Amino acid sequence: MVNSDTVLLDVRHLQLSAMAYPPDAKPHKITIVDDVSFTLEKGQVLGLIGESGAGKSTIGLAAMAYGRGGVHISSGEVLLNGVDISDASRKELRRIRGLQVCYVSQSAAAGFNPAHRLIDQVVESTVLNRIASRKDAQARAIALFDTLGLPNPETIGNRYPHQVSGGQLQRVMTAMALCSEPDLIVFDEPTTALDVTTQIDVLAAIKRAIKKTGVAALYISHDLAVVAQVSDKIMVLRNGKTVEFDETRSIIEAPKEQYTRELVNVRGIEHEQKVPSDNPLLTIDGISAAYPGTDIHVLKHVSMQLSAGQTLAIVGESGSGKSTLARVITGLLPPKSGTINFDNQQLPPYLKKRSREELQQLQMIYQMADVAMNPRHTVGTIIGRPLTYYFKLRGKARRDRVAELLDSIEMGTGFTDRYPAELSGGQKQRVCIARALAAKPRLIICDEVTSALDPLVADGILKLLLDLQARENVAYLFITHDLATVKAIADSIAIMHQGKVVRYGTKSDVLKPPFDDYTELLLSSVPQMQAGWLDEAIARQ
Amino acid sequence: MYILTLLAKRLVISAFLLLAVSALIFAGTEVLPGDVAQSILGQSATPEALANLRRDMGLNEPALARYFSWLGGIAQGDLGTALTNGSDIADAIGKRLYNTVFLASVAAVVAVPLAIGLGLLAVRFKNLWPDKLISGTTLALISLPEFFIGYLMIYFVAVKLGWFPSVATVYESMTFTERLSAVALPAATLTFVVLAHMMRMTRATILNVMQSAYIETAELKGLSAFRVIAKHALPNAIAPIVNVVMLNLAYLVVGVVVVEVIFVYPGMGQYLVDHVSKRDVPVVQACGLIFAAFYIGLNMVADIVAIVANPRIRHPR
Repeated sequence: MVNSDTVLLDVRHLQLSAMAYPPDAKPHKITIVDDVSFTLEKGQVLGLIGESGAGKSTIGLAAMAYGRGGVHISSGEVLLNGVDISDASRKELRRIRGLQVCYVSQSAAAGFNPAHRLIDQVVESTVLNRIASRKDAQARAIALFDTLGLPNPETIGNRYPHQVSGGQLQRVMTAMALCSEPDLIVFDEPTTALDVTTQIDVLAAIKRAIKKTGVAALYISHDLAVVAQVSDKIMVLRNGKTVEFDETRSIIEAPKEQYTRELVNVRGIEHEQKVPSDNPLLTIDGISAAYPGTDIHVLKHVSMQLSAGQTLAIVGESGSGKSTLARVITGLLPPKSGTINFDNQQLPPYLKKRSREELQQLQMIYQMADVAMNPRHTVGTIIGRPLTYYFKLRGKARRDRVAELLDSIEMGTGFTDRYPAELSGGQKQRVCIARALAAKPRLIICDEVTSALDPLVADGILKLLLDLQARENVAYLFITHDLATVKAIADSIAIMHQGKVVRYGTKSDVLKPPFDDYTELLLSSVPQMQAGWLDEAIARQ
Repeated sequence: MYILTLLAKRLVISAFLLLAVSALIFAGTEVLPGDVAQSILGQSATPEALANLRRDMGLNEPALARYFSWLGGIAQGDLGTALTNGSDIADAIGKRLYNTVFLASVAAVVAVPLAIGLGLLAVRFKNLWPDKLISGTTLALISLPEFFIGYLMIYFVAVKLGWFPSVATVYESMTFTERLSAVALPAATLTFVVLAHMMRMTRATILNVMQSAYIETAELKGLSAFRVIAKHALPNAIAPIVNVVMLNLAYLVVGVVVVEVIFVYPGMGQYLVDHVSKRDVPVVQACGLIFAAFYIGLNMVADIVAIVANPRIRHPR
């Protein structure tokens, strides 16, 4: 029996449901979370981990008696400070949300109102509920900005959301949550949208603020390595049910369930490094590029090479110019200077000047598989179109080839007549891979192809890409911000920072010390699957 | 300053637009069969009399020269003289324009806040009975022809209840309150006509903004439903709302002919219709230009509000 004086949140047999209204069937109840129970003591941090659709955000919001899109508590109890909030009135809820429980969302950039100054939003519920006067609340906010390590804590609040960087916004949002001195904060993937080097700062700031204020927290993430750094206990969720619930150290070091073990061992892909050949497939030589109509150079004299059938990983944070380089190679953005040679021939800088063979040899896969496919085309049409365009395949020949390609991405012909909306995130990305393969390219540019996917699904995609490379001898230019992915699949690595290549070579050379400052920072910022990594990393920096 | 350049650009565009419209109006009246001399002297005029009058009025000059002398006159406030009674157009229009703008302003002062308020209420009670009642009523009002609403008003409010006069006569010595009472019924009719459009746009844009992540943030801060709508959603929906408001204000100035006729109100609309039927080309040109100026001016205001309301432009990085 837990001590009722120290228990803040007591969730008992929680079931969360919503009504589904399928067009071709009767409305029916769907259960999103079922039979989840846990207690959270004052000042404790509980990590909720799982893939998308596991119900972790839904549980977090249930602690505020809030449900997105008609989700509601259909049975069970949510006791906050001993009071069941599952059937609280509107008025009671307004005394809970923003006062007893606060929320920090995944994207602070979208979560802040663009029309108001930050400080007005930070102190809003504190002032409205007369917890403090406007003046005191502002002083409190400024102190919190300071605790969270924001630059110019006195004045940063006077800015509008668009005037502040993503990592800073995430910290301002944490300050907003702490401002009314709540008992509990729900952190919903607060660092997922950030670069690794920014993530570590924000994580450290959140951890410091939690320790200093003694607030309890529910920390939601799909990244076990991150959750392990801030949580006292971790609950692993899958399909709305509890898989395992234990102390953080036990989960990381001695997971009992198979699924938890998979999560702990994610990114265990091994790949034997190939030796670059003397006659590279792609040679990028001295490329400088600026945004159209400006003189702001986003690429400064970039050179690198990629051999046939190998993988060159371009690693960098947002703004490093890695996606711009992809645009230059594909001809979407002609460079100011420098050349690109493909198969010993110089590629015309303008997309429109390129021949059909040149287009066919170079294909692309995008981060957002969702928006890269026409939602009104079937999978068969999506994969079939390049077959007709490049190889004049029609009728049965085209259908046979589509079936072959579906087979090669391990999906099978059952998917031919499905629409993208009927597929999962991983399946959508597989279809995009098949579409790129359909052109029989010699080079595929992969732009952050796994960063929108859950870790286990991303692993599957990486394995598939490696298999296909071995079979089809296709080269990958793999653009990513994620060093763990790079270790899994790259043969060569180019690290980019502010439009320049800061380190370039074979994987073993690039990842071998001594490092330059930026590579060191990048490597030390990747969360490790061990308790206490964050504290050590902070101490090192 | 970036914002000042943007505003200056918008002003210059409006000026050019107005110039282009003036050319169109002039060209339009130019291609009509017959000319001013023919209109004055009538179908039975002798060719000699026509030739003399044309020479006296300078109609033999090339069209371009006449256009520029017309434009030059307007720039100095001279709109020319009416053919039918030889009176100065600027004088006649001045009083009428004042009346029209007065009526439009009264209608706007009631209609705009009412429409936005009703829009906010409809969002607050989305898909509940207040929303349905507001949408239903305003839609019914916009579906009825304005003359029908006008006659309903006259029958019930003026004849049966006797609250306001059915004929909206105004004269210069009237006090402000007398004037208000005189235009009450036409203003009410106009309000009913423009209400639905603005209210529905307010409702639709705000509901669109309500999908944003920052609205969820506001709800999770425990703010009241109405504060979420008015403080967090409305400021981000200003631009499209102002656009529709300005289009409706332009309609209040330009499109009130029917209402003016019903209530015998001495405004621009009646003046224009009278002179079109008399083929009084200079008056038609002048009225056309003034209406165009209102349309262009109000749309420019809408664009400027949209620019100023955008914090990204107001406070660059």
